[in-house]
Amino acid sequence: MSAQIGPQVITSRFGLSESWTLRAYLGSGGYEGLRKALTMAPEDVHKATLDSSILGRGGAGFDAGRKWGMLRKAEPVYLVVNGDESEPATFKDHALIEADPHQLIEGALICAYAIRAARVFIYVRGEMALGLERLQSALNEAYEYGAVGANIFGSGFSVDVVAHPGAGAYICGEETALLESLEGKRGYPRIKPPYYPAAIGLYGAPTVVNNVETLSNLPFVVRNGSEAFHALGEGASRGTKMMALSGHVRRPGNYELTFADVTFRELIYDPALGGGVREDRALKAFIPGGVSAPWFGPQHLDIPLANEKIAEAGSMAGSGAVTVMDETACAVRAAWRISRFFHRESCGQCTPCREGSGWVDKVMRRIEDGNGREADLDLLMDICDNISPGVRWPPAQTTICVLGPSIPSSVASGIRMFKDEFLEHIRLGGCPFPPDRLRASLAHA
Amino acid sequence: MRELGYRPDALIEVLHTAQEAFGYLDAQALAYVGDRLGVPQSKAYGVATFYSYFTLEPEASHSCVVCTGTACYLDGAGALVSAVAGLLAARGQEAAPDRWLSLEEVRCLGPCSMAPVAVVDHEVHGKLTPPGLVSVVESL
Ligand SMILES: Cc1cc2nc3c(=O)[nH]c(=O)nc-3n(C[C@H](O)[C@H](O)[C@H](O)COP(=O)(O)O)c2cc1C
Ligand code: SF4
Ligand code: FES
Repeated sequence: MSAQIGPQVITSRFGLSESWTLRAYLGSGGYEGLRKALTMAPEDVHKATLDSSILGRGGAGFDAGRKWGMLRKAEPVYLVVNGDESEPATFKDHALIEADPHQLIEGALICAYAIRAARVFIYVRGEMALGLERLQSALNEAYEYGAVGANIFGSGFSVDVVAHPGAGAYICGEETALLESLEGKRGYPRIKPPYYPAAIGLYGAPTVVNNVETLSNLPFVVRNGSEAFHALGEGASRGTKMMALSGHVRRPGNYELTFADVTFRELIYDPALGGGVREDRALKAFIPGGVSAPWFGPQHLDIPLANEKIAEAGSMAGSGAVTVMDETACAVRAAWRISRFFHRESCGQCTPCREGSGWVDKVMRRIEDGNGREADLDLLMDICDNISPGVRWPPAQTTICVLGPSIPSSVASGIRMFKDEFLEHIRLGGCPFPPDRLRASLAHA
Repeated sequence: MRELGYRPDALIEVLHTAQEAFGYLDAQALAYVGDRLGVPQSKAYGVATFYSYFTLEPEASHSCVVCTGTACYLDGAGALVSAVAGLLAARGQEAAPDRWLSLEEVRCLGPCSMAPVAVVDHEVHGKLTPPGLVSVVESL
């Protein structure tokens, strides 16, 4: 078995020496896309994006061209680049910013030109120290080179780009919380409607919020044409996707793969990709699209990496983070840690999310600790039902943002797929899995 | 603050700068920043406590931050925490006010492919074993 590792749209410079510098960038076709875009009408750049059907790579998978088309007709218009990437096991934007910041800047400028943005804000997770440093020096280089700022490449188009560091809050990845944070406030997601920042965004102005990876595709699209991009992948999933693979595989890392070309089995087992489960143990489960996604088991390995195929099978592609658990992983512990993450990161505005996540965390921990009771399983499902009625997929939402409805996924997956394991914890009065990885952490937490 | 024009919406950037200068944000710093930016003190406090980057207490001389995000957790982050906690206990420095080392757990740091990961005095160490981390910490 050998996977088709497709043409590299966004990771083509990853191996180059000092790939983050202007010199390396210009030596490999850098800023050609922007130069070409500036010779086109903004509407035509927008049309090329529509024709290539780039689904947003930040998690929700919304068509980028369509999103730009929804902007309210008013001035100014802002572009906000979402580089908050703070979800456990998601580390693709991080790599794109560190290895190829100019590509992101060029992509952002192409979008800014198409939507006639007055200003671009790149919101970068505060912990990405190296990424921020490289992005800032790339911006300085780009200003000097004439690719950013006034009268870009003599075209008459001007736009400023500002890098803005986050301050440690997962919720700021949610686009309306991110806008609040940019405005200097607590990152509280905004009440919808208005549903889209395209109508009312930053400082009340129409705003496009796009993910780092989404925008990093644009230089390729403009340079090579939308057909070249659209030719990759199938169905609704076009182009390539950065897959962040982690957990119990031999070769964790980022892999750029053509949509629909590769199955989860290939991603995990192909020697050029995941290289198989560590120590040749059996695969127990995997999370196909980040901690909000319902888990998959070995029976799902042959699903291709394409948004709609993963959705049909009852989960989501999300931002492309795949975490593998082998047979030695404790399902209770894994689900508990994810619940704990949501509990800590809940912004606290909505009762089902704030209280529900706390209760799920406490009950899950009690089971893992060996103090659970059989009725806890029903209790957990009941709490989940209060957070997201029906505990179904896609989840029902009663809260301001979708962090709340994401809480039940891992707990419900754990209980549905590994009920016996939960019961065993309760019967044994403890965790049947090797303790070394856990106890100290429990004592400390 | 001058650079940012004393704008209320520059609050987060200003707090960043203040924390870098003083190491932490005490009531006085928050009051000063709030006053100069025209932001109520309650809001400055609200923002400072909302974001985990900000700290309201003086820090220990050194820091060891162990990632217990999903990938690191599966790869043995718990053992890393216990190893460092053990070292601290052995030195009797668990809770002294003038601490030598702070031990913290965080959710995912980002380099999950290097799991398990810890950050010791702002330097990232990946693919750690408990003895490996202990020797990094001991060399501080
Ligand atoms: C809790 C939460 C966290 C999110 N975190 C991120 C993130 O870190 N990065 C990101 O691009 N999108 C994140 N999103 C999705 C954004 O709200 C938004 O859909 C996305 O940035 C739009 O960009 P795209 O259309 O290019 O994907 C998050 C959403 C939620 C509800
Ligand atoms: S669902 Fe949770 S994170 Fe989202 S706004 Fe409500 S309380 Fe905040
Ligand atoms: S889970 Fe530890 S770095 Fe991502």
